Order: sequence, then structure tokens, then C-alpha cells
Amino acid sequence: MSDFTFTIDGVEVPAKRGQTILEAADAAGIYIPRLCWAKDLAPGGHCRVCTVLVNGRPQSACTHPAGPGMVVDHDTAELRAWRKNIVEMLFVEGNHYCMFCEKSGNCELQALGYRMGMTTPKYPYMFPQRTVDATHPDVMVDHNRCIACGRCVRASRDLDGKNVFQFVQRGHHVRVAVNADGGLGRTNLSAADQAAQLCPVGAILIKRVGYAVPVGRRLYDVKPIGSEIEAKRAPAPSGK
Amino acid sequence: MVKEVAARYGKDRTRMMDIVRDVQARFGHISGAAMDIIAREVNSHRVEVEGVVTFYAFYSEKPNGRHVIRITDCVTARMRHAEEVVEAFEKELGIKVGGTTPDGQITLEMTSCIGLCDQGPAALIDDVPVTYITPDKVKGLLRHLRESGDATTLVKTLGEGNNALDLVHSMVINNIRKRGDVIFASLEAGASIKNAIAISPNEVIRSVKTARLRGRGGAGFPAGMKWEFARNAAGKRKILVCNADEGEPGTFKDRVILTEVPGLLFEGMTVAGYAIGAAEGLLYLRGEYAYLKPYLDHLLEQRRAKKLLGKSVAGKSGFDFDIRVQLGAGAYVCGEESALIRSCEGLRGSPRDRPPFPVEKGYLDLPTVVNNVETLCCAARVLEKGAGWFAQIGSEQSSGTKLFSVSGDCRRPGVYELPFGMTLTEFLREVGGDDAQAVQVGGPSGTCVDRGQFGRKLGFEDLPTGGSMIVIGPQRDILAVASAFMEFFVEESCGWCAPCRIGNVLIQERLERIRAGKGLPEDLMYLEDLCTTVKKTSRCGLGQTSPNPVATTLQNFRKAYEAKLLSAREDGRQPTFDLRAALSEAVRVQGREPVAH
Repeated sequence: MSDFTFTIDGVEVPAKRGQTILEAADAAGIYIPRLCWAKDLAPGGHCRVCTVLVNGRPQSACTHPAGPGMVVDHDTAELRAWRKNIVEMLFVEGNHYCMFCEKSGNCELQALGYRMGMTTPKYPYMFPQRTVDATHPDVMVDHNRCIACGRCVRASRDLDGKNVFQFVQRGHHVRVAVNADGGLGRTNLSAADQAAQLCPVGAILIKRVGYAVPVGRRLYDVKPIGSEIEAKRAPAPSGK
Repeated sequence: MVKEVAARYGKDRTRMMDIVRDVQARFGHISGAAMDIIAREVNSHRVEVEGVVTFYAFYSEKPNGRHVIRITDCVTARMRHAEEVVEAFEKELGIKVGGTTPDGQITLEMTSCIGLCDQGPAALIDDVPVTYITPDKVKGLLRHLRESGDATTLVKTLGEGNNALDLVHSMVINNIRKRGDVIFASLEAGASIKNAIAISPNEVIRSVKTARLRGRGGAGFPAGMKWEFARNAAGKRKILVCNADEGEPGTFKDRVILTEVPGLLFEGMTVAGYAIGAAEGLLYLRGEYAYLKPYLDHLLEQRRAKKLLGKSVAGKSGFDFDIRVQLGAGAYVCGEESALIRSCEGLRGSPRDRPPFPVEKGYLDLPTVVNNVETLCCAARVLEKGAGWFAQIGSEQSSGTKLFSVSGDCRRPGVYELPFGMTLTEFLREVGGDDAQAVQVGGPSGTCVDRGQFGRKLGFEDLPTGGSMIVIGPQRDILAVASAFMEFFVEESCGWCAPCRIGNVLIQERLERIRAGKGLPEDLMYLEDLCTTVKKTSRCGLGQTSPNPVATTLQNFRKAYEAKLLSAREDGRQPTFDLRAALSEAVRVQGREPVAH
């Protein structure tokens, strides 16, 4: 049962009190692109890919509570352009080599790039010098691919109760650090932890399981990202 | 030692800023081992301590010299040839910025604006502000610092007013050029409080609303409404925070308030505490103004003795209120209210998404009001002299006076208290900057206004400003000014959200390309698109205004950009393509020039 309704692009959407715009949209089968958001995690508001207009003002759908009568713009040319710009920014900020990354086909950043029709980023690559941490027996961290979405930080703190990861530094120097001198191998992270599982890109990888699914059958080879949410949408009346 | 420091703050993790500061004061830096101990003592995690240490510019996880010299990199200092001062320091010390002398005595750093724009180039040597530095003074300063081992001995000539007090002991000058009736008028201690406690908290709020007092930080939110939200928010415990973290380049008016009329501020904080039902007040003082803390602490102690703070303030039973000064540590973003609250809690100063707003869930998730220093001073005066008196000063939507921090290319830089509603032309006449080509109104996050718009009025109706007014003379390269401002935002972005963290770097890259004479006509649209994306999608006010140095000059000084652009080449090649540069590597390897080009 819904408590109230609001509109997304003119479509009436039911919502419960306390639900965010993104949650209500998901339930209604409207896919708002997102990267730093993950089910069961408190929203972070890092990536801003889910930016929508709430009564004309930009807000992140993952953090903004739905409200009765709210007017939300979502699938407009302007918003699509801003979101695509952010995805392109994330591509040039790190070193993302999809062709040999084992996350390829299952990577949410790559999948969003495809869904948004990105061919090559319009921005210059930054080619940062970043490190790889392979000190843990079962999990590796490749900072080259990190998009600072903070999922691992929140998952480790809120779901695993461990605080293995945390942001350090500031501005464009921000990176995810681990709770020990000497790398991930010195922390109490286990491969089964949510923090090790929830990375949307190939920055945190479980060792010895890469390339298990052949190209063509990987998650986003089959259907674009967001399809599972859109599948929930009531079929549009025929005769378009 | 580290354990002792933690114990001094009750092993309270919300006091992380103080613990880290004290550990650094003792050891010069916060080592990994120290982070481990701090984490254990306050029941936190090492990586969380590391997150805090590496967030703030004034904390260091690497060993520093015994003394740290931080030269301001503010654009106003650059206007006064700060780069020559930096060179002089580098030459004398034999190190580059970021380095430490081999004897471990002195570390040299650059820092963002330190609020001494009207008396620059300036630096903080340890916590001591040193003003009007010229290259020829550098040698003497360093010799003296090395000999005495105490930066306070560098202060030879004391500034005027309270700067000369023993507890302040500073060479900083106030430079108050114009006194108005609201901020720089005399005040009898307790007068505002007495009037406030004679009426109900709701009546105090009504009075502030009637005065139409709006926040002085720049956004102009009605103060009375903010107080009312917090008063009506659920929860018994409420918090009042004063934002004394003025970090906008070109702003220094709060420094002068804190030096000359801190009593008015404490009065305002107490009135606000009464109105919203708070027992606790926090004064978040920017780390750059640490030299004022002993004086402020002393004044608070005096007010406690006079019963103007503490239990039953001014004899009003049931009204308990006290104030603590919390030091920041060099992070502009902490001027954003939700980031400031995080910092008060001992965390990284990253802003929060709103809602919930601080008035519902702020400090420790309690309803919290964050007001600017000047706003609280105005509130004290409203209670002292009446809402009607206040409302008749200024203009319709902008009542009262406004403090302006004036720097740059003008004959009379300093602090001015002026009624709202003045045009820029009148303002420039007042400060002696009639020949300006532009005024940066509201600092880098504000607007770069060109001569054609000097008829515009200062106030919330037209040109809002937190008070930073940088006069840009006709001789200046406007793109160089924009570039300095972008550098500032790249440096000060907290890094939480993608558009601000990455977008500002990209804006700066393209601006530099244009400045180097390698820009293409389409780069202007590219920049406009980037600026819009960052402004519209960033999480907080910093990101939402950070592209303004480029966005507003693209609008008001488009010709300055166009003059730098490459035009189409006659040979049809890409204008940006430099054949010689492209072949240089091959030329070097082969040792011969290309046959044809």
C-alpha cells in the first residue's frame, strides 16, 4: 500500500513515507541510472549520476525522500547530458582498460557507458599513477579502477561491522585506504564480506574467479543495465 | 604521550580535531603509530584517524620541520607579487615549497587564503600571522626564527586595537575604514541578553523575523526562520554553532569582529541559544585564526564570571548556556554548514546531502542552528536596539548593514560597514578603486562583474555577497585571476562527489590550454557545458559555485577568452596540431631532422 503519489516525467508514481525517489522509481519500474547506490546500503550521494530535478531543483534521487505531489523530471535531454558527462568524467579520472579488465561485461560503469551511448570520453584522460594491492590472499584492490563511490566503505562499516575501508586525502587526491599499515592482507577482511562483493567496477576483485563467464554471456552482454528494473514496469498500452 | 592527549579530551572521538592538533603540536606530525594509539584510545579505527589527518591541510602524517611556514596563495597576494616572496624563501632555505630543510628546522608550504588579503603577502609561521612580507625581509625573518626558536618573537610592531593585547600579541591590523551602527558601535555587555530573557524565546524569534535579518554568509537565509525550525524540531537538546570559518578568498571581516567586538558575537550566540532552546554553543574558529583563541577563551571565562554564561544566564532560571571554541585546521569546505558540523564531530569535513537539514539533524544528529559570525552580531543588535530600528537600515529585502572585506587594486583596502543597497560605482569610489575593470563580488564563488554592470546594487535583491570584494584593476589579466580561483577550488574540493572532484580539474585544464594560446573556438562551449554540469550536479554549495570563476568570466569577459583562441590554419591542418612537437621524440632518437615538413 502506498502512502501518497508523486510524478516522474508526468507519470504518477506511488510511494511510501520514508522512501527515496530512487526507491519509489525502482518499485514503479522506472530506472534512474546510479553507480554509488547499492541495495541494503545507506545512500552515499557520491556519483551524482542519479541527479533528477525535484520541483525544478537538482537533487540526487538516491538521497532525496519522495514527497506527496512532488514533480520530478528524470528522462530529459538536459539530465541525460549531465549524467553522461559525469560517467565520462569517471572514465578519464582513473585508468579503465575495459578490454582486459576481468570485470568487463559485469562492470556497472562500463554498462552505464554503453547504455548512455558513450563512445569515447570527450575529456582528456588524466592517467593517474595508482597502485595495486595484492597483499590479501583472496581479494585484490586495483586503485586504477576505483571511482570513489564508497560502497566498500559503507558496506564494511554498516553491513560487515569491520571498517576495513575509509576515504583518505581530499579533493582529486581522494582514495580509499585500508585499516592497516601494509595493505589489505593485514586487515580482517574476508572474501565473503559484503565490502569485497559490492564494488561496481573492477577495483575490488575476488582472486581466482576472473573470466569465468565467456564474452557474450556476461551480465550486461545480455541486457543493458537497468533492464531488470524496467521489466517491472507495467506494459505500455499497445498502439504506440 | 598520545594517550595523555586522548585522556585530556575524555577519550571522546568527537574531539578528534583537538586530539590530532595536540599530537601534532607535540610531535610535529601524526605518525601511523600515533594514529593506531589514537584509534585505540577513542574507540575508533586507524583508517578513520588517517582519513581525518589527511583531510585537513594543517595536519600532516609526514614529519614536518620544527617550524612550518605557510605562505598564502590567495589571488590578492599574487597581485602583490607573492611569487617573489615564495622565491626568496625557497632561495634562503635551499628547498622548494613542500620541502623541509635538511636540519629538520623549517618546512615551507603554500596555503589557501588566510584572511590577511588587505595586508599581504602574508604567511602563517607556526600559528603566528606575519604580514606585509617583501623579499628583502625574508632573510631577517628566517634568521630570527632560527635564533629564537619561537615564531611569536617575529612580532615586533603590534597591530592597532586589540591586536596589541598581550593575549593576542599580533602584527595584524584591523583596517576598519568605515564604522556603521550595527557591528562597530559600542556595546554594553549583557544588554542584548537582558532584553532577550525579558521576553519569551518565541518573541525573540519574532523580533529577529520582524527585523528581516538574513544570513550574512552569502546565501541570505532568514535567520528568524532558521531559529524557528530548530526551536520546533523534535528533541530536547539543541545546538547553536557559530561559523567562524571564513575561508572565501578575499574575506577577513570575521577576523576583525573576533578581534574587536567578540563580546557582541558572544551576546548574539547567547541570545540565539535562548531563542532556540540550546544549552551548548560551539564557535568553530578557522585554524588560520588560532592566534585569537587564547583571547576568546579568556573572554568566555570573564563572561562566566559575570554570569553571562553558564547556569541561569543573567539570572534567568532554566536558561543554561555555555560556549566552547572549536578549532578548524585548514579546509575551506568546512565553511559549508553541514561540513562544519562533521568537523565539529571530529570527522572529515565532507558536507551532507539535505534533507535532513541541520535544523532537524545536525551536530550529533541533534537539531542545530549554524549562523555566520556577522549574523549573530546583527541578532544581538536587533535585541538591543529593536527590530524596527534594524529594519529601517539598508534596503527592502536586505535590512541592516553589511561588512565588506575589500582587497585588491584599490587605494583603501580594509573592512567597511556599509548599508545594503550601494551601487558598485559608489562602492568603488568609497574604497578608491574607480579605475577597476572588474570587481569579484562574493569572492571566487561569487560573480566577476565588469564595468558595464557597475550600476548594480549590493544586496540580496541584486548582487548578494558574503562580503568578499576583490577589486581587479585595469592592468590585470582576467584569465589569470580566473585561473588562480580555479586552482583554489581544485585544491579545496572535498572529493566526496564526482562532478566537483573531477569536473573542476577538467575546467582548469581547458582554461590553462586557452591561456597558453592553444584553445579552439569550440573549447568555450566545452567549458560552458562542463561548468553547467558541475554546478547542477554537485552535492554542496562549494561544487555548485566552484565553476563560477570561469562561468561568470565567460559571460562577462568573453572577449578575453576569444583573444586567446587559435583560428583555422590556411594549410587545413588541425590548429592544435604541432608537427614539430609530434616529431620531437623521433628527432631525438634518430638524431636527424625530418626530410620534409
